[in-house]
Amino acid sequence: MNRLERKDRLVRLALLAVAFSAVSILAVITVFMFEQGTPIMFKYGLKNFLAGSDWYPSEKSFGLWPMIVGSIYVTFGAMVIGVPFGLACAIVLTEFSSKPVRRVIKPVIELLAGIPSVVYGFIGVVILVPFIRETFGGPGLSVLAASIILGIMILPTIISISVDSLQALPPAYREGSIALGATKWQTVRMALLPAARSGIIASIILGMGRAIGETMAVIMIAGNAVSVPGSILAPVRTLTSNIALEMGYAAGEHRQALFATGVILFLIIMVLNTMANLTSARRKRDRG
Amino acid sequence: MRFDPRLEQRIVKVLLWAMTVLTVAVLVFIVFFILRKGLPAVSLDFLTKNPVDMGKGGGIFSTVIGTIVLTALAILIATPLGVGTAIYLTEYTWENAVTRVIRFGAECLAGIPSIIFGLFGFILFVTKLGFGWSILSGGLTLAFMILPTIIRTSEEAIRSVPPAYRTVSFSLGGTKWQTVTRVVLPSAVPGIMTGIILSVGRSIGETAAVIFTAGSALRLPTSLFSSSRTMSVHFYILAREGISLSRAYGTAAVLIIAILAVNIATYYLMNKFIRKYS
Repeated sequence: MNRLERKDRLVRLALLAVAFSAVSILAVITVFMFEQGTPIMFKYGLKNFLAGSDWYPSEKSFGLWPMIVGSIYVTFGAMVIGVPFGLACAIVLTEFSSKPVRRVIKPVIELLAGIPSVVYGFIGVVILVPFIRETFGGPGLSVLAASIILGIMILPTIISISVDSLQALPPAYREGSIALGATKWQTVRMALLPAARSGIIASIILGMGRAIGETMAVIMIAGNAVSVPGSILAPVRTLTSNIALEMGYAAGEHRQALFATGVILFLIIMVLNTMANLTSARRKRDRG
Repeated sequence: MRFDPRLEQRIVKVLLWAMTVLTVAVLVFIVFFILRKGLPAVSLDFLTKNPVDMGKGGGIFSTVIGTIVLTALAILIATPLGVGTAIYLTEYTWENAVTRVIRFGAECLAGIPSIIFGLFGFILFVTKLGFGWSILSGGLTLAFMILPTIIRTSEEAIRSVPPAYRTVSFSLGGTKWQTVTRVVLPSAVPGIMTGIILSVGRSIGETAAVIFTAGSALRLPTSLFSSSRTMSVHFYILAREGISLSRAYGTAAVLIIAILAVNIATYYLMNKFIRKYS
């Protein structure tokens, strides 16, 4: 074995080690989150933590129920806005537009992904919140405001993955349907959307993950009151805002309770990730 | 009753187009709104003077420097790891259980919200390892966050280098590593750069992961262990605590321009890369 071959072998080992960096980081994050967050959950009882509705850290009362519900509400609201608009854009971009038009719209939508979340939050504060307050009443800082801004923020995720899965369909699907005399819309509705279903579902799940994990924009516009919101005009606090709002000054058990909040968020995200992963794995298998 | 399919198509088409136009209009509105309100506050002084009185006066110079240093550190750490992973996945192995684990890890890491990275960075780098609120803690945390993006884009870039390039290199007696470093990587550079620039954009705009790891000190950083405030964090504090609305708009305008520049650069590089290999 000459010098070059020996070097090649060393390089292969080094690269293998480097390749495990992402997995190792994921493992370390998981271990740290659970190490910091789970002891306090079991100390005060899992049920009190998840189902308790009182969050008074100074009195050792750590109920996360309002925040769990809050996260679910704003995420659901974001889906109601983001999914139809996202799918509409994806269909227009792949089926109903000419190439020059696409070349203008696509980069613009990609830019949407680059705008920092604090800027979205700020737009919410200076435009959307006053608008909601004056039009519908209430404090303006609300489930509705958070849902709209999050709905806009998840659009790029939904659009780009849906466009990819629509474009990856074999041209024969389109040609076959058109040849049978179907209109373009019938082709989209009856042939293309069902065929691209798993990719579209994956895009929606990933969008959900983004909405539930978003922090800074939500803090700025959701009002952050610790109570289960009674209407879409009521203020709400999400799991992410709970962490970010109190992390600056929390200590001792309070800090651990915030890590416990992180653990719950982490678990939700991992479930969503795995679901998205499985659907896209099925997509690959389906296509052979 | 059934619709005439052609009428239905016309109605649907109008509806879908209206929704698309509305989406694009919202984006264009956001960008123009911030620029119109913010650009009047931006001047040479604003960019080159340090903030005074918690940001009530002065400019944003130290936060610009903070952003640049933190982003540069994150890129320096994440690029070798990400490109190395991509080289391993594309050149040194085939699809098997190991690559599935690596890919699954990267995909999960990509989905983790930035606030979790912030918590993790805070507990590991700031407290356990004793780096304190510092550029080092913030840079490491950001590096972990952008790693999946760099892996994915580098992998795509390396995969799109035509196999013939490798065959020729091998037939000339090149080893695997020589082929990778002298033939494959140079051809994949524009694609890899695209991923790096995308990550720069993400780092510039990130707030949640940075505020708990790099802190929010307003003075100029002097070492890796200085706490430093980025533009995004500065903007967040100005806006949320109502310190100065005009300076908040100004900072937001600078942020948006930076992000626009990043996007345009990405777009340009990507087109160049695609044209080269198709």
